[in-house]
Amino acid sequence: MTHLTTKFKPSKSKTIKSKAIKTNSEDFHIAKLTALAIGLHMIEAVIPSPLPGVKPGVANIVTLFVLYQYGFATAAWVSLLRVFASSLLLGQFLSPTFLLSLSGALLSLGALYVAQYLPKKYFSAISLSILAAFAHIAGQLIIVRLWLIPHTGIVYLIPIFALAALVFGLINGLITAKLIKNH
Amino acid sequence: MTHKLNHRLLLGDWLVIIASVVSIIFMFLQFWSFEQASKLKIRQGNQIIGTYDLNQTRDLHVHGALGDALISISQGKVRFKQSPCNNQYCVHQGWLSHAGEVAICLPNQISLHLIGVKSNYDSLNY
Repeated sequence: MTHLTTKFKPSKSKTIKSKAIKTNSEDFHIAKLTALAIGLHMIEAVIPSPLPGVKPGVANIVTLFVLYQYGFATAAWVSLLRVFASSLLLGQFLSPTFLLSLSGALLSLGALYVAQYLPKKYFSAISLSILAAFAHIAGQLIIVRLWLIPHTGIVYLIPIFALAALVFGLINGLITAKLIKNH
Repeated sequence: MTHKLNHRLLLGDWLVIIASVVSIIFMFLQFWSFEQASKLKIRQGNQIIGTYDLNQTRDLHVHGALGDALISISQGKVRFKQSPCNNQYCVHQGWLSHAGEVAICLPNQISLHLIGVKSNYDSLNY
């Protein structure tokens, strides 16, 4: 009985009640970097794509750069905030486009979470960028297959999307590597 | 300041790139290969006229709802050569050779189904 009462005692209620949301320097960092990522996302949104679904994903450069400079948690914040904020700005919130973007970002972050433990001596940002790009396209294709086009016919698109992921992953990785070096 | 970007590629990066290229080539071969058909199944109305081997040269006369259609098999491929239908869509479809391909003549109620060694997805009934 005593155990239960101590467990449910709201010990921190005073501090929560009296204080408003406090921001620290890290929040400002995240906000600034997210703004940059949103900007890149916006620019990319107005550029027509030769093939629907194939986009360079330049905003991922920011995610990757943040991963190297500030760690995984900040990168995850920047990536997910970018997805939500960009969809609100483009009027796509909760639309299929938004869900494709979100699933891609989530799988991409999952891949980066694992890939960050690869030895830095052999694997640079280029490897991480390519792996993240593959995970991104995989996340999108899963949503497409499960929800948008529930047909096996989409397997024909997999090689094209994988090729695009490799090319753009490589280019974004090279840019990120350059940015990290010059930073 | 040089604008060369390639000096950053490490051993692991090359491994990732090579593995990606290999798997993409594998995916192209796997998903974009179309199996050659080996057998032809002809249907008229609600009955199967017969299953024929594609590796032969032969003309078949099939009696349909409008009249006789001439179906021509030629070493792995098949087509409607003549049909009594008005629009001649079945004839214009030309040669079929890949497993899973179908030519249907609706007015005459005759259809050709190409079958491979392993049966493909049937997108008509699925």
